[in-house]
Amino acid sequence: MCIVFAISTYLSVGLVFWYIGLIPDFATIRDRAKKPVSKKMYSILAFGWSGRAKQWNRFELVSLVLAGLATPLVFSVHSIVSFDFATSVIPGWHTTIFPPYFVAGAVFSGFAMVQTLMLIMRKAMGLEAYIHTRHVEYMNIVIMVTGSIVGTAYITELFISWYSGVEYEAYAFINRATGPYWWAYWAMMTCNVISPQLMWFRPLRRSLLFTFIISIVVNIGMWFERYVIIVTSIHRDYLPSAWSMHYPSHIDLGVYIGTIGLFFVFFLLFARYFPVLALNEVKTILKSSGESYKNAPDNHTNDSHSNH
Amino acid sequence: MAETVIYAMYDDDDVLKDGAKKLVAKGVKISEVFSPFPIHGIDPIIGIKNTRLGIMAFIYGLTGTVLATYGMRFFMITDWPMNIGGKPNGSYLDNMLAFVPITFEFTVLCAAHGMAITYLLRNKTLPGLPAQNPDPRTTDDKFVMEIRLSENTKFDAAELETMLKETGIIELDQKELK
Repeated sequence: MCIVFAISTYLSVGLVFWYIGLIPDFATIRDRAKKPVSKKMYSILAFGWSGRAKQWNRFELVSLVLAGLATPLVFSVHSIVSFDFATSVIPGWHTTIFPPYFVAGAVFSGFAMVQTLMLIMRKAMGLEAYIHTRHVEYMNIVIMVTGSIVGTAYITELFISWYSGVEYEAYAFINRATGPYWWAYWAMMTCNVISPQLMWFRPLRRSLLFTFIISIVVNIGMWFERYVIIVTSIHRDYLPSAWSMHYPSHIDLGVYIGTIGLFFVFFLLFARYFPVLALNEVKTILKSSGESYKNAPDNHTNDSHSNH
Repeated sequence: MAETVIYAMYDDDDVLKDGAKKLVAKGVKISEVFSPFPIHGIDPIIGIKNTRLGIMAFIYGLTGTVLATYGMRFFMITDWPMNIGGKPNGSYLDNMLAFVPITFEFTVLCAAHGMAITYLLRNKTLPGLPAQNPDPRTTDDKFVMEIRLSENTKFDAAELETMLKETGIIELDQKELK
C-alpha cells in the first residue's frame, strides 16, 4: 500500500512540476511558430500563458514550493521501494542499510543516465553555449560522492553479514562474491565503486569523452546492482532443494528491450517537439550572470579564465 | 465600453524597471507588465502583492494529512482491524508508525496538486485558452508595459506617451480594448 502511494505521488507530482515549468516555454514556441498547425498545437499546450508580472510571481513561488515538496519525496519514494526488500526475510534483502543505500543509488544512477543523454544531446543539438564543461564537472563530482556512498553501503553490507553471525546472511554474501553469479557481483563492484573514483582527477572529470564512457559504465554497473540484489538473493535461499539458476525467457528479454525502446520513443519525441532546455530559466540566468560577468574583476575564475 | 490602452515596449528588463519607477513616482498607474522571464523587483513597483499560493499549499497539505489520518484510522482500525504478526491493533496510536509513510505521501500529493490546480486557475491558464499577451515578442525577448487611460485620468494619452518616450522605449502602441 505504501508503494502505491509513493510511486503514484512521485509520478504525478513529477509530471506536474515538469509541465508547470514547460508552460512558459510552450508560450515562447507558440508565439514564434509560423505554421498554423504547430501554432495551434503549442497554443493548446501553452494553456494561454501570457507572462504577466503576477503570473511570474506565482510561477516562481510554485516552482520553489514544488521543488521543496519533491526533494523529500525522492528520499521517501526510494526508501519505501527499499522497504519492499528490507522487510522481507530473504538473506541479502533483509538489510536495514537499504533506504539510504537506495537513495544514494538513485541519485548516482540518475546522474549517470542524465550525463549519457545530455552529452549526446549537447553535441547533436549544438548546446555547447549553454552546457559547459563546468556543469559536466559538477555533475561528475555528484556521481563521485554518491558512488562512494553506494560503495560504502556495499562494504557495510558485507561486513554486517559476517558481524551479524547469521550463517544464512553470511552465506548469501559469500555466494554473491564467489558463487555462480560472481561475475555480476564483481561487474557491479568495478563499475559502481572503482570507476567513479577516477573522478578525483580533475582532467578526467573535465573530459567529455571520459565522462561519457564512465556514465555508460555506471549505467551498466547500476543495472548489475539490481541484478545482484534480485537474482543472486533469490536463486539460493534457505532450502537447497529450491536452488536454481535464472535464465531470462523471451518475454523477459522482450520486456527489457521494449521498455528501452519505449523510453527512447518518448525521449526522442520530446527532443523533437519540446524545448530541451528550460528557456525562461536560461533567459533569467543569462541576464543576471551576464551582468555579473561584465562587472566582475579580471581575476575571477571561470571557463574563460585563460582568455584574459 | 471601449478602453484605450497604451503598450510600451522595451528590450531590456532593467530599463523597463527604471522606467516604471520614474513613471510611478510621477503618479502613473501601470496596470500590467508582460515579460519572457520573471523580472525580479518589478512587483512592488507596479503594486503587485506577493502571491498567497504558499499559504494555500500549506492548507492543502494539512487537508491531506487529516484525510490520510482519518482514512487509515477508519480502514485499518475501525472498519477492518487486522492482526499482523500479533501486533496490537486496537488503537490508531499503537499502529501510528506504520501509517507515517502514507500520511507523508498523501500530504505531499494534496499540497502539490492542490497548489498546481489553484495556480492554473488563478493564472487563467488552462488547456486551449487563447494567448493574452499583447505582442508575440513578449514571450521571446521583449518586455511590454501596459497603461490604461481609464486608470490614469490625471493624464491624457499624449502626456503619457511623452513620459514613456523618456524612459527608453523601443516601440509604442495604442489599442482600443472592448
